[in-house]
Amino acid sequence: MFVLAVTAVIFVVVAGLLVYSVVKFRGRATDAGREPAQVYGSTQIELAWTVIPVLIVAVLFLATARVIHAIQDAPKPAAALDVTVIGHQFWWEFRYPKLGIVTANELHISASDPAHPTPTFLKLLSADTDHSFWVPELGGKTDLIPNRVNEMWLDPPRPGIYVGQCAQYCGTQHAKMLLRVSVDRPADFAAWVSAQQQAAVQDPKVIAGKHVFETTACINCHAVSGTAANGRFGPDLAHLMSRSTIASGAAENTPANLRLWIQNPDAIKPGSLMPAMKLSDADLDAVTAYLETLR
Amino acid sequence: MSTNAIAIENLQSAERPWTETLHEWVTTVDHKRLGILYIVYALGYLVIAGVEALIIRVQLMHAHNNFVSPQVFNRMFTMHGTTMIFFVAMPILFGFANYLVPLMIGARDMAFPRLNAFSFWLTALGGLLLYFSFLGGNGLYGAGNAPDVGWWAYAPLAAKAFSPGHSSDYWTIALLVSGFGSIGTAINILATVLCMRCPGMHLGRMPLLVWLNLVMSGMVLIAVTPLSAAQLMLLVDRYLGGHFFDTQAGGSATLWMHFFWIFGHPEVYILILPTFAFVSEIVPVFSRKPIFGYPVMVGATVFIGFVSMSVWAHHMFTIGMNSYANSFFTITSMAVGIPTGIKIFNWLGTMWGGRIQFKTPMIFCIGFLFQFLIAGLTGIMLAASPFDWQLGNSYFVVAHFHYVIVGGILFALFAAFYYWYPKMTGRMLSERLGKWHFWLFLIGFHLTFDVMHIPGILGMPRRIYTYEPGRGWDTLNLIVTIGTLIQAVAILVFVYNLVVSYWKRAKAGSDPWDAWTLEWSVSSPPPAYNFATIPVVASRRPLWDQKHPEDPDSRYE
Amino acid sequence: MSALTIPITQARRSWVLPDRGKVAIAALIIAESAIFTIFVVAYLYYTGKSLTGPTPREVLETPVFYSICLLSSSITVHLAGRLLERGKQRAFLSFWLLTFVLGGLFLFGTGQEWHRLIYEKGLTISTNLFGTTYYSLVGLHAFHLTAGLVMLLIVLIFGLAGRVNEAQSGRVEVLSMYWHFVDGVWVVVFTVVYILGR
Repeated sequence: MFVLAVTAVIFVVVAGLLVYSVVKFRGRATDAGREPAQVYGSTQIELAWTVIPVLIVAVLFLATARVIHAIQDAPKPAAALDVTVIGHQFWWEFRYPKLGIVTANELHISASDPAHPTPTFLKLLSADTDHSFWVPELGGKTDLIPNRVNEMWLDPPRPGIYVGQCAQYCGTQHAKMLLRVSVDRPADFAAWVSAQQQAAVQDPKVIAGKHVFETTACINCHAVSGTAANGRFGPDLAHLMSRSTIASGAAENTPANLRLWIQNPDAIKPGSLMPAMKLSDADLDAVTAYLETLR
Repeated sequence: MSTNAIAIENLQSAERPWTETLHEWVTTVDHKRLGILYIVYALGYLVIAGVEALIIRVQLMHAHNNFVSPQVFNRMFTMHGTTMIFFVAMPILFGFANYLVPLMIGARDMAFPRLNAFSFWLTALGGLLLYFSFLGGNGLYGAGNAPDVGWWAYAPLAAKAFSPGHSSDYWTIALLVSGFGSIGTAINILATVLCMRCPGMHLGRMPLLVWLNLVMSGMVLIAVTPLSAAQLMLLVDRYLGGHFFDTQAGGSATLWMHFFWIFGHPEVYILILPTFAFVSEIVPVFSRKPIFGYPVMVGATVFIGFVSMSVWAHHMFTIGMNSYANSFFTITSMAVGIPTGIKIFNWLGTMWGGRIQFKTPMIFCIGFLFQFLIAGLTGIMLAASPFDWQLGNSYFVVAHFHYVIVGGILFALFAAFYYWYPKMTGRMLSERLGKWHFWLFLIGFHLTFDVMHIPGILGMPRRIYTYEPGRGWDTLNLIVTIGTLIQAVAILVFVYNLVVSYWKRAKAGSDPWDAWTLEWSVSSPPPAYNFATIPVVASRRPLWDQKHPEDPDSRYE
Repeated sequence: MSALTIPITQARRSWVLPDRGKVAIAALIIAESAIFTIFVVAYLYYTGKSLTGPTPREVLETPVFYSICLLSSSITVHLAGRLLERGKQRAFLSFWLLTFVLGGLFLFGTGQEWHRLIYEKGLTISTNLFGTTYYSLVGLHAFHLTAGLVMLLIVLIFGLAGRVNEAQSGRVEVLSMYWHFVDGVWVVVFTVVYILGR
């Protein structure tokens, strides 16, 4: 805000002078032929309008440096939540190393009480190209760069759903690499954590679909705890139904959308790396029903 | 002397087959013709890249639009940016430099006329190569594709693993080729200015346009070359199995970023310095006063040239550099605003106490001053790293740099067109159409680019082919698009003016604006040899001295 | 139409500006130095960062003899230029030829080294980061050297045809400035690759 105020003042002053000079010194018809006084310069004026900007810049810089340091060199409290974020073409992988949770696309973190802060410290990695984690209402963005570890922190006081998206062009579906952060009250967060920590639901009614899942190429990319599937190229599906969207926010998580996604991903997110699975209608129904049980 | 000039003119106006004229233009080594070739070439690409922008804007008009596919959209913004920087801005500014520098220093041509022609044709080839990609690119999605990796072509996105096919190669090679053309022109300008000034024209008596192009050329030598080097490295990776940017083999994605921006930031100063040149020549003439603080203007220019080489990582504030690095680039980026601001003050000082004539060149310059001020201030905002962490890579940045390039550079270019068109063609451009052009473009520009800051502040990132409804971006994007349509109409008015004025307008004399630098001492257009006798100068405004022998500048300098 | 505030003859006589050939080659050298700087930065940055494969210490042999050849060629080219200025065309040609031979020897040495590295040590441009940066940097230098050799050869041919005399010494000087640049780059590359990078 300080920066904005300073620049606004500069704008008003300089633009004001510009408007003034355009009006006051406009040539009139009566002037024709006479030239105004040919002034070449003035050392004092030059000095004045050099020194003043230097001072302004010095002040702006000091104010900014303080904020940079406060943000980047903030100490990490013991109560901080650790999340590892891995950027993929075109989805987000979230791991909670100390809690043993692996999930995708929708991040749950705890609201932080300013009296006893419980910020979330994110470790940012990339599996392929550059990405950038940006949820505007929660903080600035930091990039996810392959072969590099970046860190940032979030400290949201208010619970709610906050949306964002990838902010570094990463390929065809950069636009639909959406982020959904659920800042939960501590009790709700604890409940979410323990639900995620359970192994995947094994519902006997959908055994046919589970069989389709485990015997087609699904398991090459996806993981579901407690089954043969432990592929890491695509999102972890163990608790797929705990998410409100699929395809990293590209569509609502409904049975119809899920079925369409498996059958023809290009209809929802053309250029995503999910292949069309070419299943028969029966298999498609079965596997969708199976996935619908993975709460 | 005069009879010879008439005899040559008669020869030129005799009926000749168009093939002969074409051959003359294609084989020319005359700096004036090459300048015009550069300018016309760039104007063609301006229209093409403008169409690309329109496609982008129509797609973004409302959420979840389906005007083009994501693949096409990604090619559009890549080609729009690449074309505008390398095949519109660079050539058009080189074109004006080519045309004006020898005339302004009293020389007959550039130091190396054949190198001049070679550099132009290299640039031209680069542009053709880039656009051939639409036919021959053979990307992942079928035959024939333009690059779609953004105009920065960040690795590893541009590496073979993520950009199979040849589209990224077209980007790389087209820019390598035109880069060498730029370096050739820069060497030429340097040698011309340092070695071919007319007697009496010490460095301190050169027009500011010459100074600014001199510093710009020096910058080209050390700023364009890092990009060439990085592109060679990318080719090694893509074709010889190298690992410069191969993160799987331990390579670094940030290394590409550093190399690219060590080019990329000075590049925008390379574009802005010749722009300042136009304003520094035009504002004094239409204020009827000499430029205020010539030595300071020169000093500020040189200072900008150096400091701008130290700010590059303000494009990389979000990559996770430590707080000391971020602070360093914050202070250098703010510092470079100081000499730039001083220039604005000096232009104001030139207008102050003058008798301002609101001809078309001047009103475009006034627009430039106002808009460049705003652009500079949003730049200062972005220089503060925490500010950039929120607004970097968002539409706020897109708005900022278009404010500089369209609101600043393009406005000053329009001024330059209206000012020097009479010299180049011997005809005046229509003032009436000029005013229509100005007001239409001004309205369209502000509608688009003022409003565009807001979606950025609301969280809209750049380079997205669509967005979710309900983020509050829809109406704003619609307004932005409408503004671009108005700008397109203004450009059409401009092109119409350029073409029609050539055939219909009154003949301009050698000095229609009552100006003071040497190019106005010869006919419009100048003869092939520029000056019958090489002039000798005693001040910065030789024609002022001639017109006001009772009060020459030489008495005061 | 000129502003005649100074008598023309007086102004003209005292108006001496630098030679454009020298300015142009200096500008080219600056631009090329920037390109080399970037490759050197990449080389230094990646030192020790290869994930696999042979390291510099394991495979590099310092090319002392060929470096001496190349650096001596700077001396011979300089002497050749001086001789031409004084009109001694035959001597100029001898030293010019010697320069060409010394440069050619260096190129041969580079080729020999690369052959050994590729076929005996298994280091190619795609082996690891060291391979990529080494061949790129040394190769870029070798490319500039080759271009220089071609230019030297052209002058040699013209010289043997009797067409190079004192009047051309300015142009020859420009070319030898380029040659000194190539040698200077080798000093840097040598230091970076064979001394610092080990």
